[in-house]
Amino acid sequence: MNPANPAPAIEVRNLLYSYTTDKVLRFPDLHVNKGGQCLLLGESGSGKTTLLHLIGGLLKPGQGMIRIGDTDITKLSEHKLDHFRGQHIGFVFQKNHLITALTVKKNLLMAPFLAGVSHDEARVQTVLQELGLAEKANADVRQLSHGQAQRVAIARAVLNKPDVILADEPTSALDDKNCDRVIELLLSVAKQNQSTLLIATHDQRLKSKIAQQIIL
Amino acid sequence: MNLFILVWNYLKARPLNTVLNIVLLSLGIAVITILLLFNNQLQQKISENARGIDLVVGAKGSPLQLILCNIFHIDFPTGNIKLSEAEKVARNRLVKKAIPMALGDSYNGYRIIGTTQAYPAIYGAEIAQGEWWQKNMEVTIGANVADVLQLKLGDGFTSQHGLTQDGHAHDEQKFVVKGILKRSNSVLDNLILTNVESIWLVHEVHHETDGQHEEEKHEAHGEADHDHAHDADFKPSSLIPSVAAGDSIKEITSLLVQYRSPMGAIQMPRWVNGQSSLQAASPAFETARLFSILGVGVDILKGFAYVLIFISALSIFIALYNSLKERKYDLAIMRSMGAARSTLVVTILMEGSVLTLMGSAIGLLFGHGVLQVMSVFVEETQKAGISGIVFYPEEWIILVGSLLLGLLCAIIPAVQAYRTDISKVLAGNG
Repeated sequence: MNPANPAPAIEVRNLLYSYTTDKVLRFPDLHVNKGGQCLLLGESGSGKTTLLHLIGGLLKPGQGMIRIGDTDITKLSEHKLDHFRGQHIGFVFQKNHLITALTVKKNLLMAPFLAGVSHDEARVQTVLQELGLAEKANADVRQLSHGQAQRVAIARAVLNKPDVILADEPTSALDDKNCDRVIELLLSVAKQNQSTLLIATHDQRLKSKIAQQIIL
Repeated sequence: MNLFILVWNYLKARPLNTVLNIVLLSLGIAVITILLLFNNQLQQKISENARGIDLVVGAKGSPLQLILCNIFHIDFPTGNIKLSEAEKVARNRLVKKAIPMALGDSYNGYRIIGTTQAYPAIYGAEIAQGEWWQKNMEVTIGANVADVLQLKLGDGFTSQHGLTQDGHAHDEQKFVVKGILKRSNSVLDNLILTNVESIWLVHEVHHETDGQHEEEKHEAHGEADHDHAHDADFKPSSLIPSVAAGDSIKEITSLLVQYRSPMGAIQMPRWVNGQSSLQAASPAFETARLFSILGVGVDILKGFAYVLIFISALSIFIALYNSLKERKYDLAIMRSMGAARSTLVVTILMEGSVLTLMGSAIGLLFGHGVLQVMSVFVEETQKAGISGIVFYPEEWIILVGSLLLGLLCAIIPAVQAYRTDISKVLAGNG
């Protein structure tokens, strides 16, 4: 392996997706290095979310190749793909989508449980601490502020130390101050956990934060 | 973390809905349980109490009343029959055993039965303390009678006329407790047993009839020397040896008959009913008739219980179906965290079945509890020997059935969960 050209964490080639037979989306090739960060920019409807979902294995492409680490996920069966997603990919969505019936801690514990990895109490404490949520562990998620809820969602995404973090519009609903805080947080937790970060957004404020950018 | 904790938290998050569903189902299950326990125990008691008695011969009237009075000791006698006529029945070649019964007195609501020792022998009764009655006015009492009335060996009491507590007292003669029976879980537990002569005695003393003197003469004779030969012209009755055969005055309430052969069942009832003053009733036939009468009420209650269960099933289905709309994001998020479609299906199915299992477990406990409370506080239930702490294999069917019901309620919501298009939901247009 060439040190000047490190192993890609995410690689996308010749990707096609069709919602219906006559509407076909064609995506540019993509290559993000291990531990790197990349912005997917584009207006609403340009297919950012679709590409993110394809990379996360939530959608099946019509054609093309998607590699996460060494695995071509387009070749995986649905069940294997579910398992792969749980172990290697963490999602952060624009809306936080926490499970309201569960406490903060139980929301976090869903991640290792559903991914089929054993849960590590110390790891949960560490992540809660990193995100300033230590005293909220047993709080009802409905009582959290928007910012706190978003931090819980980020904590959940990084708990399993995923190879790749996929974030869909994580900042578009936030004011400048919170936008800065969230992007700094994402960058720092990604670094701490050695995760590759891919953010799909139309938020122009992020352009100055991440160098690698792909425009759809 | 596991799926049960998740499901449990979902149920806890909607406490009113969950409680309503569980209460509805548990009420239905409780009614079914009470009916099951009550019916089964009643049938069991009835067949145990009627065991060994093929036919009851008594005065004309309602055959069901004859059975209820003379076997289960809950109704009033139809009247008396002449001892001489009873002897005629007992002499029939199809009769293996004939036991005379004389009813009419009670003590604090417990019936005093004048009979022979062949009667407790039918139930295989054994003595716990003391001995069987021998002489007039000696009694051997059932286990419940001893417990409830706090009677001990050697205690004396006077009887009341009639089978209720408000009859006038027969103060002139005192009964003496000679023995206490072991608990047999049959009618004997609630009876006071003595000989037929004692019943005649308390009534005849009261009425001061001529028969009394005759009776006492016979008795004195018998007591003086049992083995002594009777007067040459004295032929003892086959039913009550202290009385002359063919006595035209003495009366008894009924005769319990055991057949010598199955032929008896065909010929005896017709033959007895053909005699003007007698009536024969078959316990098997009459109890079957009783159950078919009771059955209407039982069926109505059962129908009511099934309606409750159906409503609770519908309510559980609606709750799951509606909660799925709120929960489609949860389901999609779970998929994004690595849950397979099958995990979502299992979660929903589990939620339905946890609800119905809890409902039916609470219903079963409630049913047993109600019956147990009844058996402690309601005298009639107590006397009938019905308890709440009896379990039947059918209860497993109730549990398994409710599990299936829960799965059934959850099937459509589970299929919907299976079909959730996670990408669409997460993109915000699902």
